[in-house]
Amino acid sequence: MKQLAICLVIAALAAGCASKEKQPDASVTDRSAGTTPPSTSTTPSTSSTTTPNRDTNVSGDPLRDPNNILSKRSVYFDFDSNAVKDEYRNLIQAHARYMNDKRDSHIRIEGNTDERGSREYNLALGQRRAEAVKKVMTVLGVNDNRIETVSYGEEKPKSQGHDEQAWAENRRADIRYQGE
Amino acid sequence: MLKRYFLFLGSLLLALCAHAQLSIDITTSGGRQIPIAIMPMPGEVAQPQVVSEVVAADLARTGLFRLVNTIGITPVPTEPSDVNFQDWTGRSADALVIGKVEPSGSGRVEVRFRLFDVQKQSQLASFSYVVPPAQLRATAHRIADVIYEKLTGDKGVFSTKITYVVKRTGRYELQVADADGFNAQSVLASREPIMSPAWSPDGSRIAYVSFDQKKPVVVVQNLAAGTTSVVANHRGNNSAPSWSPDGRSLAVALSKDGLTQIYRVAATGGPAQRLTDSTGVDTQPAYSPDGQWIAFTSDRGGSPQIYRMPASGGAAQRLTFEGSYNVGPRYSPDGRSIAFVQREGGRYRIASMELATGQVTSLTDGALDDSPTYAPNGKMILYETQVGGHGQLAAVSGDGRVRQRLTSSAGDVQDPAWGPMPTN
Repeated sequence: MKQLAICLVIAALAAGCASKEKQPDASVTDRSAGTTPPSTSTTPSTSSTTTPNRDTNVSGDPLRDPNNILSKRSVYFDFDSNAVKDEYRNLIQAHARYMNDKRDSHIRIEGNTDERGSREYNLALGQRRAEAVKKVMTVLGVNDNRIETVSYGEEKPKSQGHDEQAWAENRRADIRYQGE
Repeated sequence: MLKRYFLFLGSLLLALCAHAQLSIDITTSGGRQIPIAIMPMPGEVAQPQVVSEVVAADLARTGLFRLVNTIGITPVPTEPSDVNFQDWTGRSADALVIGKVEPSGSGRVEVRFRLFDVQKQSQLASFSYVVPPAQLRATAHRIADVIYEKLTGDKGVFSTKITYVVKRTGRYELQVADADGFNAQSVLASREPIMSPAWSPDGSRIAYVSFDQKKPVVVVQNLAAGTTSVVANHRGNNSAPSWSPDGRSLAVALSKDGLTQIYRVAATGGPAQRLTDSTGVDTQPAYSPDGQWIAFTSDRGGSPQIYRMPASGGAAQRLTFEGSYNVGPRYSPDGRSIAFVQREGGRYRIASMELATGQVTSLTDGALDDSPTYAPNGKMILYETQVGGHGQLAAVSGDGRVRQRLTSSAGDVQDPAWGPMPTN
């Protein structure tokens, strides 16, 4: 009986300190994807490159017109591969054409991987995917110094799952325009 | 007696609330364990830390010791003349630890301990420490270090620190804790990922990869001063810092010239000197302890494998040949082995390779193990594993026999790095 009481005291105290340890849950999850569909609630990040308000009139901006291919920004990859699949050629060509028209535009291509494998090696693999998309664009005439490639590796998964569907979603390179 | 009990409970709970963010489970298979009796130390329960319990937990955690029951030994021996060795041969103890804790004026306490060889009935060590009560836990670790070294011949690592990244929803923290998971302190918090922490050889600084600038950048943080400086922020990615043994430079992976390659930068920042020039991805550099070599991952041969090159760059030699995925090398402190991540049948495990023979040993059986890091005595390898879809830390002995799992309810725990031996 006495033991039980002590256990209860411990449990109560432990619960007390557990809740004390709890951080006020940050209400924000900045996935830092300018490419996330409008349904996701992106929140302002600390950086100056936040996504402009989506409520503004988008009709004049082909990059935001959901009927325009330029609003599509993601190129998906097979496991362990950085080969750009044919189905994404049109998308990349459209962005290359747009950049050739808008000579002051700059982009960043952000590579991502699924969670499998070593974290640092995945960072380099994501970089390789971003480079692969960049290469297609430079072949199409976009100047090298208007494209920065970076990688988030497995650090910023768009899908949080641990199955093939989630992994496929995360093997991706996103095109993001400067100022987005 | 009751009062003593409550004091003990109180200190336990205090420890739970304030510190215990990682708890440790150990499994061992085979091999001889040294039976050791660690007596309670009179006076210790009045203190914020119960010294004999911390010592016992340290030794038990290694898997190399078996704690012998000390119940029923009265009076509790505190001096050599109090010890009845027959008590201990009867309980099959090979070693005995006794001691006491007493106030020693101006708020400090004196801890005295003695270690005996039971069979030889001789004293192996005797030390006294006068410390503030707040340092009793650290003192207990030092005592455990002495005992471990006397009985195994290897340096103990109970006074060392570890660092790792804790990931909660939308929040990352770089934490530094004692090697037993206690005293966890957050040294950095961010809403962006933190990766690949690496201790400077003197333990005063940690280099890591920050995404605060919306891309990976290498930062060095001075732990005592809390100051940070960006040491690599070139176009593209900056990652995978590894300190040179003299602490003056870092090998890093940069993508400023296209695909990721290895460069050297001064620990204070400045221009990057390119060390590899391959047509593939070169990353995850690791300096050998003698500073002569850099081991790294490269897929120049078609699949990611481990190579090494002279630390100043130059021709690389391939080290791994079995399997299609061997990455992330880390040298053992004696420079004779590397630990790395290997993929086999879709599972990612920690393995080690003896460099002289090329002999590879698989050490773990997880599905997604990563980031091996040697204890500074080379006896254990700390790494990241997945439990129920969450990152947790685990450790395995160099022969795979002893395993520890450090569990935390705090979120995902990942990317561990074991700090150097304390300098004092």
